[in-house]
Amino acid sequence: MDLTKIASLGLSVGIFCFVVWLVRERRLREKYALLWLCTSVFVILLTVSRHILEVAALAIGIYYPPSLLFLVGVLFLLLVAIGHSVTLSRLSEGNHNLAQEVALLRKQVEDLKEEQKAHKL
Amino acid sequence: MRILAIIPAFNEARNITAVIEDLKSFRGDILVVNDGSTDDTAAIAKSLGAEVVSHPFNLGIGGTVQTGLRYAYEHGYDMAIQFDGDGQHRGDQIFKIVELVQKGEADLVIGSRTLPGGYKMGITRFIGSRIFHCLIRCLAGKAIHDPTSGFRCYGKQTIRLFSRFYTDDYPEVESIITAARNGLRVVEVPVLMRGRLSGHSSITRRKSAYYMLKVTLAMVVDAMRGRDLVGES
Repeated sequence: MDLTKIASLGLSVGIFCFVVWLVRERRLREKYALLWLCTSVFVILLTVSRHILEVAALAIGIYYPPSLLFLVGVLFLLLVAIGHSVTLSRLSEGNHNLAQEVALLRKQVEDLKEEQKAHKL
Repeated sequence: MRILAIIPAFNEARNITAVIEDLKSFRGDILVVNDGSTDDTAAIAKSLGAEVVSHPFNLGIGGTVQTGLRYAYEHGYDMAIQFDGDGQHRGDQIFKIVELVQKGEADLVIGSRTLPGGYKMGITRFIGSRIFHCLIRCLAGKAIHDPTSGFRCYGKQTIRLFSRFYTDDYPEVESIITAARNGLRVVEVPVLMRGRLSGHSSITRRKSAYYMLKVTLAMVVDAMRGRDLVGES
């Protein structure tokens, strides 16, 4: 095993453990963790056997195998970013509706309180 | 017919008294939607006898107007008027925008400055308005000369539609498309307006490029959507 291999293996295992730790600490939801765990497993596999990468790269016509790694990495990050934008839009929509609902309900509560006060007097 | 005047207000403590005073002759209820103001806007409005709804934080003009429309919808109002909290709109012009909705001849009436009898706007705003004017004509088949005007009257159908679908930022132009595409009758009438009393427009020169792009994108996407009201009674 050469040094690069050990370093990248260490890094991927490190990320894997970090993600597990984040979930354990309830800082990351399982739903999102799954994606990251799969990625690190994928990277670990590629590191352990460079052969897989070479076969895959040649199969789709890429002659320098590591660039397949970059391609997959960039595409993956792109998808994650779009996914996050969608989640963000959904969250801000919910936030927006909640704020309006809170405002309208607070008004209703205040009106009811005043009505009650008037009845008591 | 029950009418609600919706006043969106964000830190308008200096103007809100004059605005509510201006609405003295208005026969309807007044609702101030306080968009997370950090000054006394809400307290002042309440002390003047207006109904007040307060957002827990700032939502922007679209969300604020929508809160008012949701209130109007939930309380069964027949008409809602949008009346800016910065003093640009004049209470004595309300009858002009209300008339057609009252008669049942329009669902959304826009009080316009550029029609004969209106007032002159700045050059940047004029160019922007022209571009929107053309876009609206292409996408909705309507000629609206002052699409960014926030002086409006909403009929019952429109209240229902907008209480569900309304944009957060820069909603004026987009809402015209939404309404027209849902088969609502959008009409423009000339009104008189004042210059603003105090404070600044939400659209600065720096933001106007973003404004144009965002609204254009929203309008085109909106035109690609189906009708939101289909299948409802």
